[in-house]
Amino acid sequence: MKLNLKIWRQKDAKSKGEIVDYPIKGIEGDMSFLEMLDVLNEELINKGEEPVQFDHDCREGICGACSLQINGEPHGPDRLVTTCQLHMRKFNDGDTIVIEPFRATAFPVINDLIVDRTSFDRIQQAGGYISVNTSGNTVDANAIPINKHDADEAMDAATCIGCGACVAACKNASAMLFTSAKVSQFALLPQGQVEAVDRVQNMVRQMDLEGFGNCTNTGACEVECPKGISLENIARMNREYLSATTKG
Amino acid sequence: MALSGLFLVFFLAQHFVINITSVIAPDTFNEWSHFMGYNGLVQFILQPVLIAGVIVHFAMGIALELKNNKARAIKYKQYNGNANSSWMSRNMIITGLVVLAFLGLHMYDFWVHEMAYKYIEVNPESPTRYYEETVLKFEPFWRTIIYVISFVLLSLHLWHGFASSFQTVGVNNKYSAGIQTFTKIYSIAIPLGFIFIALYHHFNPITH
Amino acid sequence: MGILDSKVPKGPLAAKWTQHKNDINLVNPANKRNIDIIVVGTGLAGGSAAATLAELGYNVKTFCYQDSPRRAHSIAAQGGINAAKNYQGDGDSAYRLFYDTIKGGDYRSREANVYRLAEESANIIDQCVAQGVPFAREYGGMLDNRSFGGVLVSRTFYAKGQTGQQLLLGAYSAMNRQINRGKIQSFNRHEMMDMVLVDGKARGIIARDLVTGKIERHSAHAVVLATGGYGNVFFLSTNAMGSNVMAAWRAHRRGAFFANPCFTQIHPTCIPVSGDHQSKLTLMSESLRNDGRIWVPKRMDDAIAIREGKLKPIQLKEEDRDYYLERRYPAFGNLVPRDVASRAAKERCDAGFGVNKTGEAVYLDFASAIQRYGEEEALTHGIKNADDKEITRLGKKVIEAKYGNLFQMYEKIVDENPYETPMMIYPAVHYTMGGLWVDYNLQTTIEGCYCAGEANFSDHGANRLGASALMQGLADGYFVLPYTIGDYLSKDIRTGAIPTDLPEFDAAETAVQDRLDKLMAGSGQHSVDFYHKKLGKIMWDKCGMARNAKDLQDAIDEISALRADFWANVKIPGKADGMNQELEKAGRVADFLELGELFAKDALTRNESCGGHFREEYQTPEGEALRDDENFKFVSAWEYKGEPKDAVLHKEELKYENIELKTRSYK
Repeated sequence: MKLNLKIWRQKDAKSKGEIVDYPIKGIEGDMSFLEMLDVLNEELINKGEEPVQFDHDCREGICGACSLQINGEPHGPDRLVTTCQLHMRKFNDGDTIVIEPFRATAFPVINDLIVDRTSFDRIQQAGGYISVNTSGNTVDANAIPINKHDADEAMDAATCIGCGACVAACKNASAMLFTSAKVSQFALLPQGQVEAVDRVQNMVRQMDLEGFGNCTNTGACEVECPKGISLENIARMNREYLSATTKG
Repeated sequence: MALSGLFLVFFLAQHFVINITSVIAPDTFNEWSHFMGYNGLVQFILQPVLIAGVIVHFAMGIALELKNNKARAIKYKQYNGNANSSWMSRNMIITGLVVLAFLGLHMYDFWVHEMAYKYIEVNPESPTRYYEETVLKFEPFWRTIIYVISFVLLSLHLWHGFASSFQTVGVNNKYSAGIQTFTKIYSIAIPLGFIFIALYHHFNPITH
Repeated sequence: MGILDSKVPKGPLAAKWTQHKNDINLVNPANKRNIDIIVVGTGLAGGSAAATLAELGYNVKTFCYQDSPRRAHSIAAQGGINAAKNYQGDGDSAYRLFYDTIKGGDYRSREANVYRLAEESANIIDQCVAQGVPFAREYGGMLDNRSFGGVLVSRTFYAKGQTGQQLLLGAYSAMNRQINRGKIQSFNRHEMMDMVLVDGKARGIIARDLVTGKIERHSAHAVVLATGGYGNVFFLSTNAMGSNVMAAWRAHRRGAFFANPCFTQIHPTCIPVSGDHQSKLTLMSESLRNDGRIWVPKRMDDAIAIREGKLKPIQLKEEDRDYYLERRYPAFGNLVPRDVASRAAKERCDAGFGVNKTGEAVYLDFASAIQRYGEEEALTHGIKNADDKEITRLGKKVIEAKYGNLFQMYEKIVDENPYETPMMIYPAVHYTMGGLWVDYNLQTTIEGCYCAGEANFSDHGANRLGASALMQGLADGYFVLPYTIGDYLSKDIRTGAIPTDLPEFDAAETAVQDRLDKLMAGSGQHSVDFYHKKLGKIMWDKCGMARNAKDLQDAIDEISALRADFWANVKIPGKADGMNQELEKAGRVADFLELGELFAKDALTRNESCGGHFREEYQTPEGEALRDDENFKFVSAWEYKGEPKDAVLHKEELKYENIELKTRSYK
């Protein structure tokens, strides 16, 4: 199929970027979106132009490196997929596709479609862990039985890949879904209770410091999340935060 | 945001209950209105609290909008919000500001008049004037239309806001589906009721 | 063996590790504060090592090319992690795990290392649960297990089909805790370009900041490489696009021996290649073989009809299907080890029974599992006289709960519903057992340079069993390396900080800069991918699932010529002093072009078949691998001498004192 790509190009963090048109043909439905960009880049290189730079790594939907706002939606129009798993069969011959970087003040653009998502790392560093030393001298893994339902829910929250689609989709560029997924994972497990009060407060404080917006419950994040992280996590974090505040 | 919103939702319900009596039983309407207008607790405690509630809701809403705007300094060239969220949820600031503007008119229509009547002109109590005053307000077509439009926007505001406030205070559990349904019914029924009242009085003017 | 001293402690097998920990030197806490360690790579091995080293009190600097440590490719591991917990009471023990691993590796790994791994495996599960890793649980609240290929017990712990992700996030959170404490400095989007040796010891690295293009010097008292495997030498593999051999290869060029480069794991259950545009291959977890049955049509005309789209697989009657693994290996059936399953698939496809357009795919069928689970569910839920439709519905629900995310992934990629029609799978390059040679302490042949996880060669011999990579990465990182490295560092307590203005750093930086300049100066004929794909094709065709002397010799010649062409004619747009992904790729491919040749050379030298290394000249009449213990019971460790063809072979003889060498049989 033939496509008309409109891609954000930006030389570096300081430069002003712009949308550039790239017509492309010979795209097959079996190609992933990133393979389509590979084809474009190969063409650009052969023409002596600089290829479009974008983040990607595992190309199987788990590392969370790939991003891209495609036709106004993070990871494109398909649901429960990352851009690397989005296939061109979701598009039609002759389509115009607008490709932009994830936009948020807390995700500054580094180059073309690559953004800096280290703000997510800093939120995790503020408390997204259980303070147990790594000596292996802990209790036996089966010493604390955990209700299957809770374990499964914790797992669902823990599947977040940290791609930033929630922030990209949110009209407020809020990172609540990301932060709450981590808070929830630990809130649901007995191991996480000891540090629960500090964890939620520290992580929320860091989230605000990074310049993410506030949640207004539009629910866009849940719809666009490639891993289907539920809004319930945000409600849970709100509860945790409320209860942490009352506990001081 | 959520707490002040929930408070205002509660107030709205109470406001509606009183107003609907103007259609069903004008005498009850007069009686209740008089009570609200001259009860010390209502006038000097609840009324300021309500005003504070409105101001807090409004001020926080504006602050939220400004902060959230800053969180995406560079906007998308293309943003397909419809694909993942409702228009209502994304445009609370618009529906909110319209409702606020309406509130200005509404306050001018009723509250300012009341304050002047009671505290500036210091008129004597008249327990039966309310019904007539209310109906008279809806005589002009333009005012009725403004009220109707405002109620539609209020409905849109409530459609997202009421349900959303539960999520914000952390209520998301097995009862959520029921709560959601309730909030949606509320956000249509109450504004629809107000519209009905406005239209009813417009089309049933008092003839002397 | 002269210079290859494995430093395996004396004493009985089960006591070696404990005794060794008692014997080695420690560094006191006050001195640890004055010692710096560089960890390159932040996957399971690197992330866990960094966290533990920082926990112990060392100053740690971590480096990864990704934008966050959390994205290291360990994250993509699906099925699970082995541990000899014997929670199922099915007779498991550290010895049995040790035995399975040695046997699974076709008797080409070091006994003492593997036993230590089996011993530490149980700790890993305790540690991860304490960190909040949400492993799957049973209704009673206890941890659940599943079974993997090549074993007869259920010892695999898992977190849905995302075990690697959860374990990596556990290690990453342990790292985060140390970053928050200021004990780890994490350099993301940085690539190690060279290793710096001072007086023969690893004392630092030269790294490139991938955002600014700046060349940086970082010094330390020891350097840990945990940079994963080199499967991308095949271009198409299940590795991440960025996975590369650069750090290990740079260390190799500086004196670290490279062991068993030809030992590569071709994983049997991957989604088949769909066309020339393919950029990578996607794995379907081995756990699927717990319930899926592998087959191809029995008759050639059926196979042809299926390939031409005239026949649907579900139309084929039971008796017309060839469940070739169950037929050939009745004892292990569909759960034979990976190398065996892969070769069997290739054998059927080469014989013309492949089932997709390219003829390179076999079926992985869940119909009978759906039926079986459906009946079970109907029974347990007290549904009497359930009809077929109801049973299928119930069965599909069970399958969805177990493998839902994998099925979804398959459907997105292939556009077929695997609940309705069998999956198509084909083997793909997945893991490299080979890597930098390390002794029992995980130290390479460069003093002060350690290597952990997939990047080293130590534990899996010629074939790795499923769910053992995660186990090894975490055992190395959490429980082995942090202690053994102390023995070395105890000699460094008076050294003080290593300055970065030493002439050795100057020389290394200049060399890195020269290499970048040379890459940028290519004549501009072809893109980096052009060369990478060519290399991949040579590797797959001639060094893949079946190898022979002639092909291997051809591969050596072709790769050597391709390398020369690459350096003369590669085209890299843009500049070196800023973000340039083509330049990053070029550096990696340049090293693959050297490694590939050594790989072929190693395969050519090893005149036997063992594990993933199958030489067509050495097979039994039934087509099974024919090992030659008399002549090849050793680790090949290659010393760098300029061109790969000049590399010098050193042998570490493998001693089996606790296990009797047998012909591996899964029949």
